[in-house]
Amino acid sequence: MQEFVEFTLGGIAVGMIYAAIALSLVLVWRGTRVLNYSQGGMAMFTTYVAWVVIRDTGDYWLGFFAALAAGLALGAFLESTAVRPTMGKAPLNSVIVTIGLLILLEGAAGIIYGGQYRSFPAAFSIRGLKIGSFGLGISEADLFTAAAVLAAALALFLVFEYTSIGLRLRATAFSPGVSRLLGIRIGRVLTLGWALAGLFGALAGVLVTPSTFLYPNSMDAIFVLGFTAAVIGGLDSPVGAVIGGVLLGVLLSYAGGYLGSNLVLVYGLAALVLVLMIRPSGLFSGAATRRV
Amino acid sequence: MTLARHFAVALGVAVILLLLSLRLSPYRDYQMAEVAAYVTAVAGLTVLIGLSGQISIGNGAFMAIGGYASALVLIHLHWPLELVLLVSVVAAALAGALFGVAAARLRGPYLAGATLMLAVALPSIANQFPSLFGGDQGLTVAITPPAFLGATFPPTRWQAWVTCAGALITLILLANLSRSRVGRSWRAVRDDEVAAALSGLNVARLQILAFVVSAACAGLGGALLALVTGIVAPGAYTLTLSIALLTGAVLGGLGTLPGALWGSLVLVLVPTYLTNVGSSHGLSGAASSSVPIAAYGVVLIVVMLAFPAGIQGGLRRFFGPATAAPLTALRRRTPGSEHQEEGPI
Repeated sequence: MQEFVEFTLGGIAVGMIYAAIALSLVLVWRGTRVLNYSQGGMAMFTTYVAWVVIRDTGDYWLGFFAALAAGLALGAFLESTAVRPTMGKAPLNSVIVTIGLLILLEGAAGIIYGGQYRSFPAAFSIRGLKIGSFGLGISEADLFTAAAVLAAALALFLVFEYTSIGLRLRATAFSPGVSRLLGIRIGRVLTLGWALAGLFGALAGVLVTPSTFLYPNSMDAIFVLGFTAAVIGGLDSPVGAVIGGVLLGVLLSYAGGYLGSNLVLVYGLAALVLVLMIRPSGLFSGAATRRV
Repeated sequence: MTLARHFAVALGVAVILLLLSLRLSPYRDYQMAEVAAYVTAVAGLTVLIGLSGQISIGNGAFMAIGGYASALVLIHLHWPLELVLLVSVVAAALAGALFGVAAARLRGPYLAGATLMLAVALPSIANQFPSLFGGDQGLTVAITPPAFLGATFPPTRWQAWVTCAGALITLILLANLSRSRVGRSWRAVRDDEVAAALSGLNVARLQILAFVVSAACAGLGGALLALVTGIVAPGAYTLTLSIALLTGAVLGGLGTLPGALWGSLVLVLVPTYLTNVGSSHGLSGAASSSVPIAAYGVVLIVVMLAFPAGIQGGLRRFFGPATAAPLTALRRRTPGSEHQEEGPI
């Protein structure tokens, strides 16, 4: 019983990280029909920014917000320089360009910061919480992770639903041509979408890195699981992304806990393939829109 | 006619490579073998992307399957080399078929993501079963030149012969395949799936077939590379390897087999050079080994944005017939079709 509770709550905590990555992918996908493979690399890079700030100032929160700001800036920068020129060409081009961005960011991090594994601090204590003598399998840091991701997701929802910027974002995602005719500056809106995605990626990076160490490839595994979560939820659905993330987190937590943790990524791959075979456009997506 | 021409070209290249390998130093022979192994894998990938219009970021995983299959057969069964290589091809093709069938409903970014996950996840299996796969240390693969070549025959030259033979056979087969009915069907599917399906082509089956062919090539490439480096270990089959293959295919020119050669030459010769440049500019060991990785990224982005036809496209423009067609899959689509796949929000 105790094990089960630990695995469930621990899985939800990790799932929130996957949810953050999944949200960042959904944001970009809805706006531009680009799957941003460099998201993991961006999150890794902004976490290095936080690491440098924390090392030099000793202030965790300064580093935390520096990473978020860097995420915004990096997202906007990459969209306006490398991704924009692929718009309107075959989808393959944007896939290859974002993979190029991923490996470029990883190589650049290796050149600037070296390949060593660095430890990265957590915001709060990582000691497991207990009720009496009953261990819950989560820590204060995990609670903060869940709260931060949920707060960010809620803020995103409010912006999307109740502000004119949100309306523009939704309109552009729905029909770029019509939006342009209506006077929306599509380019700026798309850049904003990428910036927001960069922010979510940065959040995920800062939150997950205390438990993985920081190195140029540190986000690879997290990214593919976040991608899996996004696909499970349906790439078009922000709500699906969060649910998919939590679902995947709990599922992998059980698999890792009861079957052994070496093959967690393989289980993730199996989950991805299974979901795609049953519902190719994800569990929470609307009507299938693929053409063949 | 085409078949005969491909054979003649391959025979000519084989003679040149043979003469070349006799004159080169053992280290250059080793590099030649390495290039040949990469050509095999990159050629499969370039056919997959350029002809069938699908993308795989996980062909490093199929190289791992080929490499491990050949190592296991060599160690436990001591089969002759041809059979070992055949087993590695079959193993990778089977894995590719399994994955291809599972991924048959996936398109574009979904498929790429699934293959990306394959590349990240597969090496962990080697650590799960250390008694079979040797864990982090991996397995050693040793081949010796046959006795009739004499005791003093340099082993690297033998490796160069074996790998070049493997690469040439692969290239002949792929060249014929791309000129065949299957190749034409792939192009049709690549350019317009709906039109291809309406013309009676089985789109899903063709895409799986392309995936299996590329996996088989990657498997052979992996086995050949294992023979050259003498070891198979999880650390050799990282995501970086898969992206390096992609870089080679894109740089050489997607869909062109000579492009696979140009790309592989760059993959083998340039990283060492870049690492040296990095360390001579005062970078530490770990930092300078990241220089080639960053360079892959720059190459992928710049080539894709500015020269989508790659090296082979450039060569064709300067030396080839004026009518050489650029790769249609990478050309701008008709205006207005950019966001056709819009879903309800």
